[in-house]
Amino acid sequence: MLLVIWTVVTLVTLLMELVPGDPATTILGETATIEQIENFRKTHGLDRPAFFFSYSEDKGFVWNGAENRYLDYWRGLLHGDLGVSFRTGQPVTEMIAERYPKTILLAAAAMLVSISIAIPLGVVAGTNKNKFTDNVASFIALLGISLPTFVLGPFLVYVFSVKLGWFAPTGSAYAEDIVLPAITLGGALSAILTRMVRSSVIEELGEDYVRTARAKGLSERVVVYKHVLKNGLIPVVTILGLQLGVLLAGSIITEKIFNWQGLGLLLLEDGINKRDYRLVQGCVLVISITFILANSLTDFVYRRLDPRIRLS
Amino acid sequence: MNRLFYIGAFIAVTFVVVAIFANWIAPYDVTVPDLLTRYASPSSKHWFGTDALGRDVFSRVVFGARISLEVGISVVSVSAVIGILIGAFAGYFGGIVDKILNGYIFNVFLAFPGLLLAIALVAFLGAGLGKLILALCVIGWVGYARVMRGQVLKVREYDYVQAAKALGASSTRIIFTHILPNAIQPLIVQASLGMAGAVLAEASLSFLGLGIPPPAPSWGTMIEESRGFDILTSAPHVMFFPGIAIALTVLAFNFIGDGLREWLDPKQRSR
Repeated sequence: MLLVIWTVVTLVTLLMELVPGDPATTILGETATIEQIENFRKTHGLDRPAFFFSYSEDKGFVWNGAENRYLDYWRGLLHGDLGVSFRTGQPVTEMIAERYPKTILLAAAAMLVSISIAIPLGVVAGTNKNKFTDNVASFIALLGISLPTFVLGPFLVYVFSVKLGWFAPTGSAYAEDIVLPAITLGGALSAILTRMVRSSVIEELGEDYVRTARAKGLSERVVVYKHVLKNGLIPVVTILGLQLGVLLAGSIITEKIFNWQGLGLLLLEDGINKRDYRLVQGCVLVISITFILANSLTDFVYRRLDPRIRLS
Repeated sequence: MNRLFYIGAFIAVTFVVVAIFANWIAPYDVTVPDLLTRYASPSSKHWFGTDALGRDVFSRVVFGARISLEVGISVVSVSAVIGILIGAFAGYFGGIVDKILNGYIFNVFLAFPGLLLAIALVAFLGAGLGKLILALCVIGWVGYARVMRGQVLKVREYDYVQAAKALGASSTRIIFTHILPNAIQPLIVQASLGMAGAVLAEASLSFLGLGIPPPAPSWGTMIEESRGFDILTSAPHVMFFPGIAIALTVLAFNFIGDGLREWLDPKQRSR
């Protein structure tokens, strides 16, 4: 995991080198004076070499030593410093810390929505395999996977804000403002989970312990909800953990639709649209690290839940 | 083959035909505004109505299919070729090569949420069709590589591969003549799901303003332009039709992918 984190940080650091031309000119515009550009470059450390070595046609390979932007970024990172915004001069860490909880809240609410939809729907589909109810549930699930957030979101706004007037179309000021964004973001995940729960339930229903439970005279409800679901949810937990990253990335679109003041909107509006590359670097890094940590945590929980994996 | 596969195939063929013959199908020019007919409701003159600039929504949806198809085919073919080559290399040679590729490189690419990596690349590279395709290929090849690696690991132990080795066939010949044809089925499933993913990713990036810039009629851009509260109140059709087009196209390729997977995997067929 540490190797992957190191590579991700390295890639994100080097992303700045992909910017066509000089970031200083891009930010300050064509009308900026040479002095302004040099000042900007100095303030943000852009006058220092990008990496340990550099190559130019006239000088060939040049060894730059430890005084380079890559190590600067690492030094800052280890002190919790992601640099300062190219636009506002505000520390990127502060800007992210302000918005991060909103995104996590949205992702958690979306997960809750998806679990609440997926478990009952998946169980109904799984216990009625190949029957009409199963076909309907499976079709809804596939429809949910295919319906992108930027189609579902405006559609929900149309129905619940424009037609019914139940919720505000945008914003994140009031508690109820989270409902539509959470359904939008959780929609696709609930579809994926439904299919997963269905598969798991079908597989577990064929196991010996289910036959034993039925032979003991337990009701079908107890068999399904107490025995089958307990084991059937193990792979679902894995998917849930792995999908956290997808939710975080997907929240960028959802936050844009509902003007939800989270990390995604910060990345998009203050970072990408205003070409604040330092802020983009910080946001991409924080989302990626969260994703990696969530995956590792999932792996840990998975091992705890399934004794067979723990023992092996 | 299940019924959903045929429904998916029908929609996908329609989508391809519409994209190819867009010039003949679309009744209006998609970029020329007509401010006298702004936000016109669907009618016999404008089947899907008109948008904020009076452009015909039906014609724009039709040409949007061409953009989606172009991006989808480019991304799937480039990603598949790169992924297949790297996956075959990792699976066939194994050892340290496999450890580096499968144990490290694949994990690094999977450590980024796909859409986020594409957003980051486009943000730093700049918008445009070529850069969009490049960004989607960067996130897309790993899926093919993993599937191909898994297949190669399985197929390379078969007797006929061992026989070819014993007869002195070169590694390239064994991979492309003996292993690839027997590993192709799951790759077709992956390509079908990859097509759905590419169409969706293009529309997502265009929706975020990071894809194909206006006035090109990308479905994502069309939804972005029409999602304001006022427009949703007075002219919901502007958002509705491109939304239906994206959902149907993605659904179609998912149906095909699912149908093929089920058909190729007897275990799933019985579920």
